[in-house]
Amino acid sequence: MSAHPTTYVPKSAFGKWFESRLPIAGLIHSSFIAFPVPRNLTYFWTFGAILVFMLAAQIVTGVFLAMYYTPNAGLAFQSVEHIMRDVNYGWLIRYLHANGASMFFVAVYVHIFRNFYYGSYKAPREVLYILGVIIFLLMMATAFMGYVLPWGQMSFWGATVITNLFSAIPVVGETIVSYLWGGYSVGNPTLNRFFSLHYLLPFMIAGVVILHIWALHVPGQNNPTGIPIKSGKDAVPFTPYATIKDVFAVVVFMIFFAYWVFYMPNYLGHADNYIPANPAVTPAHIVPEWYFLPFYAILRAIPDKLGGVIAMGAAIVIWCFMPWLDTSKVRSTAYRPLYKQFFWIFVIVCFLLGWLGSRPAEGWYVIASQICTVYYFAHFLIILPVLGFVERPLPLPNSILESVMGVQKGGAGIPAGANPEPHSKG
Amino acid sequence: MAETTTHVAEPTRRDFLYIATGAAAVVGGATLVWPFVQSLAPDAATVAAGAPVEVDLTPIAEGQIVKVFWRGKLIFIRHRTAEEIKAAEDVNVASLRDPQPDSARVKEGKAQWLIVYGNCTHLGCVPLGQQGEYHGWFCPCHGSIFDTSGRVRGGPAPINLPIPPYTFTSDTKIVIGQEATA
Repeated sequence: MSAHPTTYVPKSAFGKWFESRLPIAGLIHSSFIAFPVPRNLTYFWTFGAILVFMLAAQIVTGVFLAMYYTPNAGLAFQSVEHIMRDVNYGWLIRYLHANGASMFFVAVYVHIFRNFYYGSYKAPREVLYILGVIIFLLMMATAFMGYVLPWGQMSFWGATVITNLFSAIPVVGETIVSYLWGGYSVGNPTLNRFFSLHYLLPFMIAGVVILHIWALHVPGQNNPTGIPIKSGKDAVPFTPYATIKDVFAVVVFMIFFAYWVFYMPNYLGHADNYIPANPAVTPAHIVPEWYFLPFYAILRAIPDKLGGVIAMGAAIVIWCFMPWLDTSKVRSTAYRPLYKQFFWIFVIVCFLLGWLGSRPAEGWYVIASQICTVYYFAHFLIILPVLGFVERPLPLPNSILESVMGVQKGGAGIPAGANPEPHSKG
Repeated sequence: MAETTTHVAEPTRRDFLYIATGAAAVVGGATLVWPFVQSLAPDAATVAAGAPVEVDLTPIAEGQIVKVFWRGKLIFIRHRTAEEIKAAEDVNVASLRDPQPDSARVKEGKAQWLIVYGNCTHLGCVPLGQQGEYHGWFCPCHGSIFDTSGRVRGGPAPINLPIPPYTFTSDTKIVIGQEATA
């Protein structure tokens, strides 16, 4: 796109005729064939392609499920059992879709932590990054509404708890909640509108994904060194190098996906969701799907309704400010010895929060959740800004080529201070 | 400098048309959004289904909690024991998060009948009866604790379990959804 004008020349007469009317072949050529890719990308950079595959897989399986599903509170549970027992390969399509949601989140979390580790969110990729946060929020909304559709106990009570989050808003909260429900409690109108939105949102995600890829193609990809492409020797063309690597990674990921689908298709779900929705009884341990657990733990850590809701929302919104909270000029954590330690502590805290979110809200679990929540926010608000000033980064390589091939003729590496790109404030 | 920057074009009829068209578009757009937003509100059938319901209290034994629905919302009818009433009354009201004396939460002379909404005021789960520190209710979802008057005594719930509108039509019958008319 803008950074790489097309050099595509159609060969056939028809190609020339078509290209002068709709230059889509040139767009594809410049974006996915000739596009320069840093030569040192690792498999962590294949998760974007894996995510595109997962979005497509969810849309295809979802469109088929919608043919057999009935979005009515009296019939929804039965229709899901109908899919499982009567529809030819209905079990496979539903297990692909249900586990596909989890696989989508596995891939997105790897993608997000790769971004955190290699500083991909920093200038000039802030807009690209914020679009990614928006995609993540849309994914959460889509996954939540999809989980409501089978109308089991967890569907019903998950919907009740999550929609009630809005009742924490002062003054208008209760009205907003009744507008979300279309009634005085979660019921048939709620299920109907969630089905409608669950079908709509993936296409909105697809739209933002296009913007995300567009924004990616302006500065190009970050890479494990965090330094930009400086010459042609730093890069390889997207096709075949990135294409084949992405396809291979997608295939390996499909094996992982298939393992869940065929060997433990219900492991990531809750047995309670095979009990039809009952508005008179809440399951003893109501927990969201695994991918929401860290945020759920933050919600429960705050002993105040509105405060808990704000903290949970802030836990994601704060990501949008990372490009400005991180004061270090060095992108890649590989050259940030102090931050590397804090990064892994942060990862551990996120896993801890996830585990605590799955525990009952009592005893020391609550205190541990509170400690982890404080650390979570301190990572963004204190550690990230301060480290940029106190940390002494390791010397950066002069180029991507040098980082891959070692220092070429000309002897010793140039001292860090002589690097063309500033990387340290002091 | 001043001479070169003070030139201001006279407003023309075209400017007026721009502003008038823009204003009409904003008002028209907002008017068009209104019916779509309103369609999300509880519909006529849902509102009509919210008619009052009559409940016979005779089969409810002392110490028992019965669940009924009104407007799709869960309601607890609790036949309180003498100890439960005493426990609810012997509370320093000022020390509560949502201060309310027990007498304000039951009908006069009917202290044995506590009628409250059955969804936790935190995030709407159904609390478990006769559990928790005060043997009122305990919410398994996020740990809110309610006493035998349905008042919040611990956990994240901000307010007491609310009292639905109801009235005694006889000593053993109530109508939920209808306040007593004087």
